[in-house]
Amino acid sequence: MKLITAIVKPYKLDDIKEALQAFGVQGLTVSEASGYGRQRGHTEVYRGAEYTVDLVPKIRIEVLADDDEAEELVNVIVSAARTEKIGDGKVWSVPVDSVVRVRTGERGADAL
Amino acid sequence: MASAITTLAADTPTLSAANTGFMLICSALVMLMTPGLAFFYGGMVRVKSSLNMLMMSFVSLGIVTILWVLYGFSLAFGTDAGSVIGWNSDYVGLSGIGLTELWDGYTIPVYVFAVFQLMFAVITPALISGALADRVKFSAWVLFTALWVTVVYFPVAHWVWGAGGWLFKLGVIDFAGGTAVHINAGAAALGVILVIGKRVGFKKDPMRPHSLPLVMLGAGLLWFGWFGFNAGSWLGNDDGVGAVMFVNTQVATAAAMLAWLAYEKLRHGSFTTLGAASGAVAGLVAITPAGGSVSPLGAIAVGAIAGVLCAMAVGLKYRFGYDDSLDVVGVHLVGGVAGSLLVGLFATGGVQSDAKGLFYGGGFEQLGKQAIGVFSVLAYSLVVSAIMAFLIDRTIGMRVAEDVEVSGIDQAEHAETAYDFSGAGGGISARPAASHAPVAAANKKVDA
Repeated sequence: MKLITAIVKPYKLDDIKEALQAFGVQGLTVSEASGYGRQRGHTEVYRGAEYTVDLVPKIRIEVLADDDEAEELVNVIVSAARTEKIGDGKVWSVPVDSVVRVRTGERGADAL
Repeated sequence: MASAITTLAADTPTLSAANTGFMLICSALVMLMTPGLAFFYGGMVRVKSSLNMLMMSFVSLGIVTILWVLYGFSLAFGTDAGSVIGWNSDYVGLSGIGLTELWDGYTIPVYVFAVFQLMFAVITPALISGALADRVKFSAWVLFTALWVTVVYFPVAHWVWGAGGWLFKLGVIDFAGGTAVHINAGAAALGVILVIGKRVGFKKDPMRPHSLPLVMLGAGLLWFGWFGFNAGSWLGNDDGVGAVMFVNTQVATAAAMLAWLAYEKLRHGSFTTLGAASGAVAGLVAITPAGGSVSPLGAIAVGAIAGVLCAMAVGLKYRFGYDDSLDVVGVHLVGGVAGSLLVGLFATGGVQSDAKGLFYGGGFEQLGKQAIGVFSVLAYSLVVSAIMAFLIDRTIGMRVAEDVEVSGIDQAEHAETAYDFSGAGGGISARPAASHAPVAAANKKVDA
């Protein structure tokens, strides 16, 4: 079992959702996030005073996947999120010890 | 105000229903400027102190209204004493004024003049508050407002507009408040901030406006209300002067907004929303003293010059290190000075008064008079306001504690916060205190 986390540009959310649905993913969690990578943030000007805004708005997508599908899912997300411009984000996966579906108590792959 | 231009009014004026109605509407328009100002300022501060900013303007509607009725109108517009102050016991509590008694030489009742002038008195101290954002005790601000209008605004209004006031007699032109309102408030702001010091984190922490839409809303309300402020200052419209004033208000404001935007595009690379709002206000400020004496083309020049000057002036606080939070000095003082002095250049002589500016063959005479008006009001307001702030600071204290300032003044001073950020759908809600909890009250009933 793997948890795949993607930090991507907010406007790519729909593309990623569609790609995941096409792949057969049943559910996902989306949250708003902010941060920066190597490009840092941007500059805003208020009455001539410049402010550096380091933290750029991003969305964080989390999906649980079976071990054998995880790598492929990462690729699906990466290709849907890619714009080839700076700030496209990151995708990673980490091992998950256990998953339980709250309603039924099913565990592991049955709970996905 | 135009109150002593009695020669243009009819010899024995009678009450004009049209002018009275017009002036009541103008008074209501000017009233709306204060809540407009509250939003203009409120949007420019950070979320954590935005209610306090709104309140510092709004409370002026309470304090100044009551003081105006009690003694302010009498001090500003009562019978002149020594060219510096007025007094008329009939005006105390507005108690001895007949319903149809007319304001000296005009076709509107004294009551209407009193209420129109009241709105000017209300907004002037509110203008100061922008410079003090985020760091002043609300109680200290209330006390300051009450003292300031009494010792500074009421006398200065008398100097400039009261029959017998020394600047009025000198021939200083201030159609609707360049000196009495804007220079007065801007200089006071500078005086107070020199005493109370900078915000915690000034020049280090980001202090971005929390809501530019609120700023635009406020600037729009100010612009709208300003038609009452300026067009109403002729105290009637029998001769079209109020209409000229209306036109000049619009064109100067438009020119100033465009000038500010052009300046910042050249200087900083973007046309900003805050620049558009600020430029508009700078234009409104500058045309206020000048609108009755310049042509519409002159108004464009006044607005454009003020727009650029104010855009340049807002950066001065970073250079000189005084923390004028929302640029009251940069916009109101500089804009007011610009507009008042430009009267000495652009006055055409033929609308509000015969005085001609330098560019219209009037020589330096009017410019000199304008300069006396500008610098006397500036100096008086700056010094007295600084002393007042110093005395309040030494007694009840001007500033909130540093930790309050950092965590936000709204919660500490007003027991409220501007926005509910408690998670998706407001899921995490605050629990009401037991004494006010409806649930607890219901339980009591059951017990009984």
